[in-house]
Amino acid sequence: MPPQIRFILIQNRAGKTRLAKWYMQFDDDEKQKLIEEVHAVVTVRDAKHTNFVEFRNFKIIYRRYAGLYFCICVDVTDNNLAYLEGIHNFVEVLNEYFHNVCELDLVFNFYKVYTVVDEMFLAGEIRETSQTKVLKQLLMLQSLE
Amino acid sequence: MPAVSKGDGMRGLAVFISDIRNCKSKEAEIKRINKELANIRSKFKGDKALDGYSKKKYVCKLLFIFLLGHDIDFGHMEAVNLLSSNKYTEKQIGYLFISVLVNSNSELIRLINNAIKNDLSSRNPTFMCLALHCIANVGSREMAEAFASEIPRILVAGDTMDSVKQSAALCLLRLYKTSPDLVLMGEWTSRVVHLLNDQHMGVVTAAISLITCLSQKNPDEFKTCVSLAVSRLSRIVSSASTDLQDYTYYFVPAPWLSCKLLRLLQCYPPPEDGAVKGRLVECLETILNKAQEPPKSKKVQHSNAKNAILFEAISLIIHYDSEPNLLVRACNQLGQFLQHRETNLRYLALESMCTLASSEFSHEAVKTHIETVINALKTERDVSVRQRAADLLYAMCDRSNAKQIVAEMLSYLETADYSIREEMVLKVAILAEKYAIDYSWYVDTILNLIRIAGDYVSEEVWYRVIQIVINRDDVQGYAAKTVFEALQAPACHENMVKVGGYILGEFGNLIAGDPRSSPLVQFNLLHSKFHLCSVPTRALLLSAYIKFINLFPETKATIQEVLRCDSQIRNSDVELQQRAVEYLKLSSIASTDVLATVLEEMPPFPERESSILAKLKKKKGPGAVSVTELEDSKREGGELNGGGDRGPDTAAMAASNTSTPSPSADLLGIRSAAPVGAAPSSAGSLLVDVFSEAGPTAPSAAVNDDGFLSSAPPSEDPAPPLSEADELLNKFVCKNNGVLFENQLLQIGIKSEYRQNLGRMYLFYGNKTSVQFASFTTTVSCPGELQSQLNVQTKPVEPLVEGGAQIQQVLNIECLSDFSEAPLLNIKFRYGGALQNLTLKLPVTINKFFQPTEMSSHDFFQRWKQLSQPQQEAQKIFKANHSMDTEVLKAKLLGLGTALLDNVDPNPENYVCAGVIQTKSQQVGCLLRLEPNAQAQMYRLTLRCSKDSVSRRLCELLAQQF
Repeated sequence: MPPQIRFILIQNRAGKTRLAKWYMQFDDDEKQKLIEEVHAVVTVRDAKHTNFVEFRNFKIIYRRYAGLYFCICVDVTDNNLAYLEGIHNFVEVLNEYFHNVCELDLVFNFYKVYTVVDEMFLAGEIRETSQTKVLKQLLMLQSLE
Repeated sequence: MPAVSKGDGMRGLAVFISDIRNCKSKEAEIKRINKELANIRSKFKGDKALDGYSKKKYVCKLLFIFLLGHDIDFGHMEAVNLLSSNKYTEKQIGYLFISVLVNSNSELIRLINNAIKNDLSSRNPTFMCLALHCIANVGSREMAEAFASEIPRILVAGDTMDSVKQSAALCLLRLYKTSPDLVLMGEWTSRVVHLLNDQHMGVVTAAISLITCLSQKNPDEFKTCVSLAVSRLSRIVSSASTDLQDYTYYFVPAPWLSCKLLRLLQCYPPPEDGAVKGRLVECLETILNKAQEPPKSKKVQHSNAKNAILFEAISLIIHYDSEPNLLVRACNQLGQFLQHRETNLRYLALESMCTLASSEFSHEAVKTHIETVINALKTERDVSVRQRAADLLYAMCDRSNAKQIVAEMLSYLETADYSIREEMVLKVAILAEKYAIDYSWYVDTILNLIRIAGDYVSEEVWYRVIQIVINRDDVQGYAAKTVFEALQAPACHENMVKVGGYILGEFGNLIAGDPRSSPLVQFNLLHSKFHLCSVPTRALLLSAYIKFINLFPETKATIQEVLRCDSQIRNSDVELQQRAVEYLKLSSIASTDVLATVLEEMPPFPERESSILAKLKKKKGPGAVSVTELEDSKREGGELNGGGDRGPDTAAMAASNTSTPSPSADLLGIRSAAPVGAAPSSAGSLLVDVFSEAGPTAPSAAVNDDGFLSSAPPSEDPAPPLSEADELLNKFVCKNNGVLFENQLLQIGIKSEYRQNLGRMYLFYGNKTSVQFASFTTTVSCPGELQSQLNVQTKPVEPLVEGGAQIQQVLNIECLSDFSEAPLLNIKFRYGGALQNLTLKLPVTINKFFQPTEMSSHDFFQRWKQLSQPQQEAQKIFKANHSMDTEVLKAKLLGLGTALLDNVDPNPENYVCAGVIQTKSQQVGCLLRLEPNAQAQMYRLTLRCSKDSVSRRLCELLAQQF
């Protein structure tokens, strides 16, 4: 299978999942296992560590924002920094969209977060990178009934 | 800018979420959820038709409950209903529910597909995107069947909105990945490639992912993308930091698109067109130049985005591996990063440099950074960074710096993280062997390894040091002295005892002249470790002791005393007891001459690929070896582990064809570890001889796994395979049952069945005479690398076959990876007084593990095209040896195990077949085409398989059949 994003996870420090977006077929047990493993791998790391960590046959690119870990699982040959900034770009969009995003926004508006993700990442690939374009589109959707 | 308040639009949902969050316990949460589920169920079942809003709200609640980890078994229908709503928010929740809880309920799929179809043709870009996202998220076969032909149309239509194009491109990519056979680009190819020129950067960003994937599969059809990608890249790279407006990220123009363009170019060799190539080189130089410019922002986002492009450019430079100037510049740039304060950059620089080290142009440049890398190994806080440093040291190692690197790695091992120790040990062992100029350094290094990290030193490593010491007489004395010294340590690792026992047993005499290491001192030293060791090590030590008796007659009494004591001769472990009894007896009965012959020094081992290297390759994980090596090892599965992987044990001895029998042949081959079906060792025969009643002139006996002391059947070395063995083998390529062999005495019938990668074979041995066959034994062996490819298990047969009787033997066969050789069946028995000894090839051929695959003509040729690398194809043109009758040919092809496909080949005279070979480690897809030419009485046979060795082997096998 050619390289692509395998999944995107947003978790808090306690391990609660705030978003799980899967780009590969996993059964439910497997998903739960992955979520737990990612949490275990990522939360033990500190600021002196890299933002990359080997994970099974893949790697996790992650960044921590306040109490939330944004994690993207990609293939080992993928470009680490491009995905690291992909996360940041996504977070900036969420921040604009929810106006100073916090964890609760993601809980109460979980169904909107999926829309944001689909605007920016689709089929495991980066779909749109322009914050202006994404926000314009989200604003337009927001105005629809 | 939009700002969303909590759960606006759906108050009920927000309340429910709050309730759940306020639950104090898991039980309370479950109670609340059950209450809600009951409520929703009653609403859905109620008489009153729900309005769209309520339906949306309840479906959304169900989704929330599902995401909390609870099962949802209803609501699917309501979600599907939402799809046909005219309101975006209702449609969106419907699609979201479907995407998250996808269910292959066929009735629903039809309804879902219908709704998608309507939205796709709605000309409403918002609805079209929702529908496309749903397809992209679900990506099922059914959806591919329904929409694979529609989406390319949407993608390239002139009036499609940009955002829809973006979604369509990635949606198509998803379908192509799940069902490549359904996505036919043909007529669209050129228009899709030209999306690289689209003025909307978002469209290019999305489309390039699709183009990259398609290019990897069909590089020729998409090769025009190279020049388009180069010019697009050039425009981005040369633009000022704000030119691209929306697509500028922290003063970096279009970083993600640049990375994707550079990645697309890595699917191709350097451009042939000089102008294009020149432009590309210019781009790469500009990217390298920009890395040297002062940053336009202090933000980490700026430098990350810039460096993302830089690393991707360096990947491309390494991929081309043809521009020495760029390679050296890349190396210098990475060298700067090695000392950067950002851990991320140091990590990535180490990783990237690892690949640069393997290029002849930049190897030397990489080596100049050795001190920095060693420092990283010692001081980095993040273990993954240290791991990359170790990888890089391994990659940059050559003869000039091996001693330094090995020394540093060894000293790092003392404190290394447990997670990487084993790999480090393997790497040190390999470097030490590969770059050893004097073998004393090699021996020192390995013994140090055992001392520092004994637990992580695998069998392969210490087997290897013994092989090398045995094979090089210039190092034997040194090795003996060094192990002797190492064993002085009060606590030494059991692996050290093993190596020490083996080496002193062979070469202790070389240091016996020194009174400090006199024979008795050596023996006492070894024996002082004995009681703390595990059974296999003790068994090895016992063998070392008997060797001592031969080397140093003066130790005989002491050693016999040790062997005779109850803890040995009555040891509850049968192996130890047996060795003690046998060695004691041997030492008391045999004359000095016999002893000297039996216990002679080990003959040299045949040179093989280092088993350690094979092991490292097998180890998973990036960085352990380069990516290509990694893939190789995956492809070859367990096979790399073959041949060379076995320690200096019985089978290796048997293979070395030596005429010097020596009981120490199994010094290391602890019986339980001996592979099933290994040829009985010819070595060791004399040892058994000593006990056989027939006396020293009787034919020697093989070591039998049933025990030395049982009356071992008289036998000889297995005969070489019959000259006609290959012919017999060919008879069974296309059939499973029949008579394998027949002579005046014996008939061997065969019946076999195969499923997946497993097989069972029944062998029927018929005694055609009226006289009893005595001492009837059969042995199945897998010579050479076959041992790691095929696993054959069987039980011994009854030793007596009455006249006219038939006995049966069952073999269980497991195919581990693809193979070319046939297992050998050796049969020995006594007829009258004469020993009969014959060896046949067992008709286990790779095609036995075929699973037929039916496919359409279109699929067949598409796959055929995909297997177009030259080595994947094997072809033979040959004269017909048998009837060219259609029915005969068909029967043979079916017997082969593949599916014979009708109406596939445009020429009805030709035959095409498809199948998948099932091995434990992988599946190998195989396509076959046989083109008869009746006039010329010739055939052309073509095989294309996903693994080249299989193509070759099948071609060889089949060419004999027609």
